[in-house]
Amino acid sequence: MAGPEIKAPEMRAYPLIPRLAPGAMAATKSYVANEKVQEEIGFPGKLVDDWHDKAIGKMGELLGKYRSLKVFMDSCVHCGACSDKCHYFLGTGDPKNMPVARQDLMRSVYRRHFTLAGKLVPKLVGARELTRDVLDEWYSYFNQCSECRRCSVFCPYGIDTAEVTMAAREILDCVGYGQKYSNEIIGKVHKIGNNLGLPGPALANTLEGLEEDVLEDTGVAVRYPLDVKGAEVLLVTPSADFFAEPHIESLIGYGKVFHAAGISWTLSTKASEAGNFGMFIGNYEQLRKIAMRVREAALELGVKRIVVGECGHAWRVAYSFWNTLTGIGEGAAGGKPDPFAIQLQSQLDHRYRQPMHICELTWDLIGAGAISFDKEANDHRIITFHDSCNVARGSRMGDTAGGQFEIPRNIIRAVANHYVEMAPGTTHEQTFCCGGGGGLLTDDLLDLRIKGALPRMEALNLVAGGQGVNFMATICAICKAQFSKILPYYGFKMGMVGGVHQLVSTSIKLGDK
Amino acid sequence: MSAASLIFTGLFYFAAAVLLAGLAWKIADYAKTPAPLLIPTTPAPTTTGGVVLRMAREVLLFESLFKSGLWLWAMGWLFHLGLALVLLRHLRYFTEPVWAWVALLQPFGIYAGFAMAAGLAGLLARRILLERIRYISTPSDHLMLLLLLAIAASGMVMKFVFHTDIVGVKAFFLGLMLFDPQPLPVDGPLYVHLSLVAMLMLIFPFSKLLHAPGVFFSPTRNQVDNPREARHLSAWAAKMEGK
Repeated sequence: MAGPEIKAPEMRAYPLIPRLAPGAMAATKSYVANEKVQEEIGFPGKLVDDWHDKAIGKMGELLGKYRSLKVFMDSCVHCGACSDKCHYFLGTGDPKNMPVARQDLMRSVYRRHFTLAGKLVPKLVGARELTRDVLDEWYSYFNQCSECRRCSVFCPYGIDTAEVTMAAREILDCVGYGQKYSNEIIGKVHKIGNNLGLPGPALANTLEGLEEDVLEDTGVAVRYPLDVKGAEVLLVTPSADFFAEPHIESLIGYGKVFHAAGISWTLSTKASEAGNFGMFIGNYEQLRKIAMRVREAALELGVKRIVVGECGHAWRVAYSFWNTLTGIGEGAAGGKPDPFAIQLQSQLDHRYRQPMHICELTWDLIGAGAISFDKEANDHRIITFHDSCNVARGSRMGDTAGGQFEIPRNIIRAVANHYVEMAPGTTHEQTFCCGGGGGLLTDDLLDLRIKGALPRMEALNLVAGGQGVNFMATICAICKAQFSKILPYYGFKMGMVGGVHQLVSTSIKLGDK
Repeated sequence: MSAASLIFTGLFYFAAAVLLAGLAWKIADYAKTPAPLLIPTTPAPTTTGGVVLRMAREVLLFESLFKSGLWLWAMGWLFHLGLALVLLRHLRYFTEPVWAWVALLQPFGIYAGFAMAAGLAGLLARRILLERIRYISTPSDHLMLLLLLAIAASGMVMKFVFHTDIVGVKAFFLGLMLFDPQPLPVDGPLYVHLSLVAMLMLIFPFSKLLHAPGVFFSPTRNQVDNPREARHLSAWAAKMEGK
């Protein structure tokens, strides 16, 4: 790829809202999915002849199925509260990357076809016909949204651009205009079991190698088991954890935690992927189908608990959607007899949260004194924490609102001595996306990814310069991959990013040492 | 009855019918459309009581807008608060005898008119002067602010410049409510004011003014954050489990 010649924008100590640069990112288009990719997951291979009518029909269907979309299409007053909140706008200046303008790409068509005012006086209310140009604009800009929901924090009506982006991508897929990166990955999950296309035997090999490495490093035989029936815990983690750097360091950490606490656990070939790109493309059937692999694996292996590794959107899907989609959780739908849910619920151990985040598990163990740390082992690191968008704004950890912010930070403070917070307004619920989430972590969008990372890089730069921060911990596979790639463009070291469980791994005391 | 009185009688019945029926239809539509997934913007309340508080802060204090920025929040809140007080003040034209708290409110309602106009003027200036906001504004966005400003201005003109026969106005509206139409005083500024108000009522259910009922149905704000504890399943999604 054209890597090195793309220049990162200048980092500023006091970021200003950019002047508008209309059309700056109009030509930025991620690769369109080819026929094979599209058809493999049940979408038309190429743009269908009657795409206009099909797209409008699909929009009508989605408006009837999703209250969010219907209410969000009507409610926006163009107040502009969101207009300076999107990292892609802040990094590119392209006005169509302002959340309100991105939504309006669809809202204008909604008004034309579904509202009286848009039919009678389209010009007055900004209604537009869905022309081929508009459709291309949809493709371009709805694939420049990482569905991070930062804009939804500031909207007085809670309008969530992610919902609009998901609907738009669903419509595009249904007329045969899908995005290659996301749709290809979904195909791989179904065919091989994970996003990276790592087949079972390779996975077994990798884990064996990992056991040898950890034994060599620590002198302790930490196990990384696969497909073990009757294990207590099924760990579902992003497949990047199996071989990508720095992801694998966290996987090593999970194994050490289980080892030190004496919990039997297993990974699964069938569910060797926590990620769920079905959410990114807004397709409920895919979202459900991908999530069902975890339910099936849990039932086959007879596990008592389901734990999710460090992956942002996967945790949103697991925490917020798994109970709905797959019955991993508590309660009966509508308070009625719910045999689908009961089948799994009767197997799971409800003394524990289902599903549980690996950080919840580790923090609970720390609280119970079941694991302990040699904090000085992390003394070479001055650590900050990057809240991942889907964890921050689409999920929770622990029993109280905001646990998703406190628990990872608590772990870091428990395993290391030097922790620094980035500037308010760039963390917690207002955290900036890494710039590569939501199905955009592809090299054909590298320019967008670099520019979209600007707000986070500026916040990092301040603590790196001021307090000597040299490690940014995060709990998301996409954040880790994105930052590993992007950091050098901003003059930082690639190895500056890593997982929370990488820190845990460094300092945890393995009992039988 | 004069032709003008007849026209305004018909206009207000029509406008009220469109407003009520239009809103009822929209609200029913929002209510019956399923929300298949739990998507509250977190951190979110974990109990229904918490959600009621969150909605109250959102609707009464514009909490999210406050997070967005102080200026926009101040102008938006000033306008809406002013409008609310002005509307409450106008209850004196629809109640006989006037409720005690409405009577108490009267002096505040006058200041509220100025607050409303100031907020609107600020919002309009922002729409024109700020590059980003100008970019996202449609003609209807500007016209909506102008319409509200004109309503506020014509109302204040009647209060401070050309006094209106408010006893006659009250008789007219009480007559409308009791389906016993009464004549409307002959008064230019009043005709302007009432025509604009009727126009606002007619536009309401077909425009972005739907943000008013919409906010109550916004899943990111009104959902309880309890997906692990309670299984949430929409009717259309439940059908997939049969297969």
